This record gives sequence, C-alpha cells and structure tokens, in this order.
Amino acid sequence: MAELKNIEISDSAVRSAEALDELQDLQGEKMTLNMGPSHPATHGVLRLSLELDGEIISKADPEIGYLHRGDEKIAENMTYNQFIPYTDRLDYLAPLANNVAYALAVEKLLGVDDKLPERCKFIRVICCELARVSAHLLGLGAFAMDVGALTVFLHTFNEREKIYNLIEALTGARFTTTYTRIGGLSRDLPEGWTEELSKFTKEVSEAIEEADKLLTRNKIFIDRTKGVGVITREEAIDFGLTGPNLRGSNIEYDLRKAHPYLVYDQLDFDIPYGEVGDCYDRYLIRMEEMRQSVRILDQCIAKLPNGPVNLDDGKIVMPHKQKVLSSMEELIHQFMLVTQGQNAPAGEVYFGAENPKGELGFYIFSKGGGVPHRMKIRAPSFVNLSILSHKLPGHMMSDIVAILGSLDFVMGECDR
Amino acid sequence: MNTTEIGYNSKIEGNVVHTRIDNAVSWFRKNSIWPMPMGLACCGIELMAAGASRYDISRFGSEVMRFSPRQSDVMIVAGTVTYKMAIAVRRIYEQMPEPKWVIAMGACASSGGMYRSYATLQGVDRILPVDVYVSGCPPRPEALLEALMKLQDKISKELHIKDKKPARDRGLVLS
Amino acid sequence: MTAKQLAKKIQSQFKEITSDPVEFRDELTIDIADAKQISVVCHFAKEHLDFDYLVDLCSIDNDDETPRWTVVYHIYSYKHFKHLRLKVHVSEEDSKLPTVTNVWRTANWHEREVFDMMGIDFIGHPDLRRILMWEGYPYHPLRKDFPLAGKSSDMPDVAFTDPVPLEGGPFVTSPGNKDSADREPRVRNPE
Ligand code: SF4
Repeated sequence: MAELKNIEISDSAVRSAEALDELQDLQGEKMTLNMGPSHPATHGVLRLSLELDGEIISKADPEIGYLHRGDEKIAENMTYNQFIPYTDRLDYLAPLANNVAYALAVEKLLGVDDKLPERCKFIRVICCELARVSAHLLGLGAFAMDVGALTVFLHTFNEREKIYNLIEALTGARFTTTYTRIGGLSRDLPEGWTEELSKFTKEVSEAIEEADKLLTRNKIFIDRTKGVGVITREEAIDFGLTGPNLRGSNIEYDLRKAHPYLVYDQLDFDIPYGEVGDCYDRYLIRMEEMRQSVRILDQCIAKLPNGPVNLDDGKIVMPHKQKVLSSMEELIHQFMLVTQGQNAPAGEVYFGAENPKGELGFYIFSKGGGVPHRMKIRAPSFVNLSILSHKLPGHMMSDIVAILGSLDFVMGECDR
Repeated sequence: MNTTEIGYNSKIEGNVVHTRIDNAVSWFRKNSIWPMPMGLACCGIELMAAGASRYDISRFGSEVMRFSPRQSDVMIVAGTVTYKMAIAVRRIYEQMPEPKWVIAMGACASSGGMYRSYATLQGVDRILPVDVYVSGCPPRPEALLEALMKLQDKISKELHIKDKKPARDRGLVLS
Repeated sequence: MTAKQLAKKIQSQFKEITSDPVEFRDELTIDIADAKQISVVCHFAKEHLDFDYLVDLCSIDNDDETPRWTVVYHIYSYKHFKHLRLKVHVSEEDSKLPTVTNVWRTANWHEREVFDMMGIDFIGHPDLRRILMWEGYPYHPLRKDFPLAGKSSDMPDVAFTDPVPLEGGPFVTSPGNKDSADREPRVRNPE
C-alpha cells in the first residue's frame, strides 16, 4: 500500500504570503503588453502597444502601417480609370461604395458630375447602400463575435453571401468589383436583377431584426458595451471622427444629407444619432443605418428610371466596341483614352462621400493631363483610429475589444 | 481464465484496419489541419467566408482557426504581405510546431499581385516555404477549399517516420 | 455666411500673407504666403470662424518647382457647413512648419503621415515619428524623386526591401507634360 505523503500546504501558503509582502513595493509597476499585429480582435493588422497597471490601461500606442501598400504613389502613376481597381481594396468590406466615391471625385475634377444620367446616379446609390448593408453586417458580426456572441456572425455572414451573389451578378466578382468607370458604369444592371434585389431587401430586413433580437437586449452584450468607450461630442469633432462613430456622439451629421450627392436629395431616409457616444450607441446606429439603407434601396428600385448609364462624351467614357471598329472618331477617342486617359484640367478638388466607415475623401491635385500629380485619400478608418491613444487609457483590458469592434475600422483603408 | 485468441476473430471483424504507420499518421494529419489564419487584407474576408456558414471549412476538418501559432498546422497567408508585416509573418511561422505547411492565398501572397510598389513584399515565398498557391484576387472560398484538398493530398503522400529508408538498406538485416 | 465671405474674413485678418481666394469647382482655396503663420491662421479660423473640423491635411511635392513643398489643409465647420482649403508653401531647405495639433487634435496622425511620406517637419508636434513605414526606413516614399518600385534598404532585425520588378507589372503612366510616347502606360523598370 502506498504511503500517504504529507502535503505541505501550510508552507506554500506562507511562502506566497511572504511573496505578496515583497510584492507590495512592486505594486503600481507597469507592464507592457503587445497586442497584434496578428490578433483576432484587431480586424486585420493593427498593433497596440499597451502599458498596463494591473487590468487598467495606462497608455496605448497604436501602431499602423502593416498594410501600407503604397496606393497613393501608385495613383500618381496611373490614369484615372486605371486606379479604380485599387479603390476596391481600400475598404474591402464596401468596395462598391469606394468605386462610386472615387468616380465622383474624378468627375468633379472633370466638371461633369452634374451631367451624369439619372439612371447611372440611381444605380450608384444602390451600390452605395448595398455596400453599406454589407459592411455593417460584417462590422456587427465581428463586433458581436469579439465580445463573445459568435452566432450573430454566422447569421450576418449568411446575408452577406446573398449580397455577394447580387454583386457577382452585377459585376462578375464577389467583392473586387471595379464597377464604376469615370463618367458612368462598366455595365448596366443585368436582367431581372432588381427583382432579386427587392427579394433580398425583404430577407435582409428579417435578418436585421433577428440580429436585433440576439443583441439589442442581450444582457451580456449590454454589460460589455454600455458606458464603455464614451466619446463626447467635442472629442468626436476634435479628433475628426466621421460616420457612425461621429453620429454616435450625438451629432446629426451625414454627408448624404448635408451635401447631397447623386440622388440622395430625392430619397427619403433618416439619420440615426446617439446620445452618449458609447459602444452601445454606435452599435445601435449601425443597426438603424442598415434599416435606412434598406429603405433607400426599396425607393431606388421603385424610382429607377430607364435610359443610358454612361455620359455621352467620347473624351471621358470609352466608346462602344462596335463603334470603335466602324468609326474613325470613336477609334481615336478609344486610343486617346487608353494611352493618355481623360484629359483633366489643371486644378484641385476634394470630394468626400459618406461611406460605411465614415467620410471617404479623395483630394486630387492635377496639373492637367490624364494622371493626377497628387492624390490623397482621406481614409475614415485612419482618422477614426487616431482617437485610440486618447481613449483607451483608463479602460480595462477587456474593453479594448469592445471599443475596437465598435469603432469598426478596416486596415486596408487605414494604411492605404 | 483469460486466454489469448490468435488468428481470425470474428468479434473484431470490421473494427480493425491494417495499414502502415505512415498512412495512419498521414490520415490523422490530413483530416485535422488546423489553420493559422493570417488574414492580412482583403483575402482575409474570403477566408472568413470560407469559415462561415455557406462554405463551411469544417467539412474538411479545418474549422479550428487558431490565432495561436502553437496550436496550428497550416498557415493560410491571406492578403498582401508588406515589408513591415513580413517580419511578423516570419516570426509567427517560426513559432508554429512541426509539421507545418503554408498556403499562399491570393495573388498578393503568391506574387505581390497588383501591388508592385515600394512597400510590398513580392510574394510570401520569399520568406517562407509555400506548399500551395491559390490564384485569384481574391480567390473564391471554393478555391481555398480546393487548395486545402490539394494540401491534404500532399500530406497523405508524405512519409513521417523519421528514417524513411527500409531497414535492409541500412544494413540492419535481421537474419 | 457663404464660404466666400468666410474666406474674405481670413484674408482681411491676415492681409499681408494671404492671397485672393481661388475658386475651382465651387471650392475655395486660400494661399498663405508665410508658412510660419499657419498655426495662427488655423487658430483664428477655428476660434472666430467656427471651423471646428480638420477634414484632411496632406502635402504635395512640386517636383522641380520652387518652393518644393505645399501643405494643404481642408477645414470644415459643423456649425455653418462650409468647406475651405488653406495652402502653404515650404521650401526644400526649410522643410518645416509649425504644427496645428494644438488647434485640432486630429492633426496629430496626419502630420506624422506627412513627415513619414515626404519628410517635412512639424515644429512643436508632440510625437513626430514615422507612422506607415517602419522606424529607421531611410526614404520618404511619396517624394517625386523616389521611384514607385522602391529602393533597396537593409535593416537587420526590422525589415528589408528590394526594388520590385515592374516587368509585366502594372503599366505605369508617367505624369507631366512630356510627349505622349513618354507618358503612355507601359512597363518602366527602375534604372
Ligand atoms: S490578392 Fe487581391 S483580394 Fe487578395 S489581398 Fe491581394 S489585392 Fe486583396
């Protein structure tokens, strides 16, 4: 029979008590923690260097640039149309909206933004709103997953797959769409697409309500988000936040209302805005924005006019291939467009569009010709993230994921 | 009293498989390749889609996305690897325990893709040994699943026992 | 108040250093001659004209023209919803100007990016480090004399870079007013 050994519990307890005594003077010592650049809650490649005092963050230093691919430099070496595929990859959760914003900026430079055909404008609005729904679905799903509710993610991804189907029918790709062209679109809507879309708007409304049931009154979710990461009105403006993050802080501002572009002034929709500016408010706003987007989509389907989708200007829009082969003038236009691009005037424009993440702006400085001299992309995620080093200190470790999730950023756009 | 039956035993028929150890190990391995998802850019979204409801990567035993390199077998590099990120990718790869494989997902990870610029590493194979390349920008989730199956094929042909030569060739013939 | 009136106000406040506002596509641009005054002008715009939101801050490399740098400020107001663009010119020898982080805190990262990409210093910036490229990277990639393909740099333990092959790569269009054979999109390998 084995002998029972005396386990010296008392001893180790005494030892740890002694250790604790020694630790007294160590308390208050800071610990440095590195989070990312490969971390599930950083939605890509954000890195945070944190200084912790126990569980409390005392200093946070976000480090970005892990996805800096040189988009702005590339833009300086390309004609305007050539750059469109790169805009897909800025905010890769809402590529259609980026395409539209970029095309509008260049059209503003060319001075043709108000000459676009109505049908083109409506289709572009559909693109933007579809992109918004898809981006918010993923944003919410990922946010919920970060704070511990995996189910929502699977539900929202289901809906996103439906959006992908629609987009694939429209553009031929799931999310690298490259759909717009300067002065129009790469193609018209395929046959029967609007019916599919209206079917989808019904389904997605149900899915939104479902996600709403799963989260909005979920005790755990509320505990994790309410009162966490409060951004005041003044801070939000001072740090240049835009999009849902700005509206969360009790500012009723939306570029679609304040400076309507495309046909947003003909459409009826509301701007949700929060009161406190905490993570929960930002969540609610995204929820409501999806509902409003669905509303816009429905109106667009009803109002969609017939007609051409491209500008009637051979110097800006690529002529039809049939004509290129049969007429000299069109052949020359095509040749000029391919080799030199649109001949833009010298000048500078800034155009900002209300994208799912915030104000996506393009500042184009042209010296004339088909290539921009400088193109600056004002990326909403970049600006939204700059508040982190100010906002994180004072929060608990576990709040980081909630705050990051509620800010809803995309690194592709942040780092460009 | 216990007796040991030798030879054919009808009680265990169908419950025993004779195979070589290599094959058995390969079979275990290939059906539980746990990925380390390096979702760096846009391709990461398709990687998520592959893991989500419709494409359901768990049909191939790879649903256990581990963000800890120590628990993963295959690194799926999904996205543009920049020079700044390259060091981190490399370090994470080194932290993965053997045996390990790498899937380069998408044009960027395979070759730099459309980002021929000063900041982008021109293909992750410059820093890691890649087993399967997936083309596309981004590849569809199906393409990723096919890559996974290709990798399974590859694993099932691998020999795992350290000394791969038959004993006779090593001069250890037992006469 | 229209944007024009607001621009006039800035102009009358800083008579000696501001130009007439230029209008292009409904946007107003004011040139500010003295870069050293930019923080004062911005402070005035924020405090007295309610421009509480700095939309964007970026820089332009004017290549072979002098002065070489232009720094561009896009400002906006949530009170009267007007947009204005301020521009200052900085010479290459100088390459520095005062920060506006004390006016809008969002300028912090924007200025770091300008510093990183073009190498312009901001005096008084609380934390001027590289932001997109890594610490120790020797070049400023958005300068016009830096090739798209990059230059090799070697930083043991941090990162290395090599020029990328452009053979068969994206067809690069050269900017500028050279003749079309030089401008048209084609493969251009780094020398
Ligand atoms: S291959 Fe295409 S989709 Fe994938 S990361 Fe690169 S640019 Fe994005």
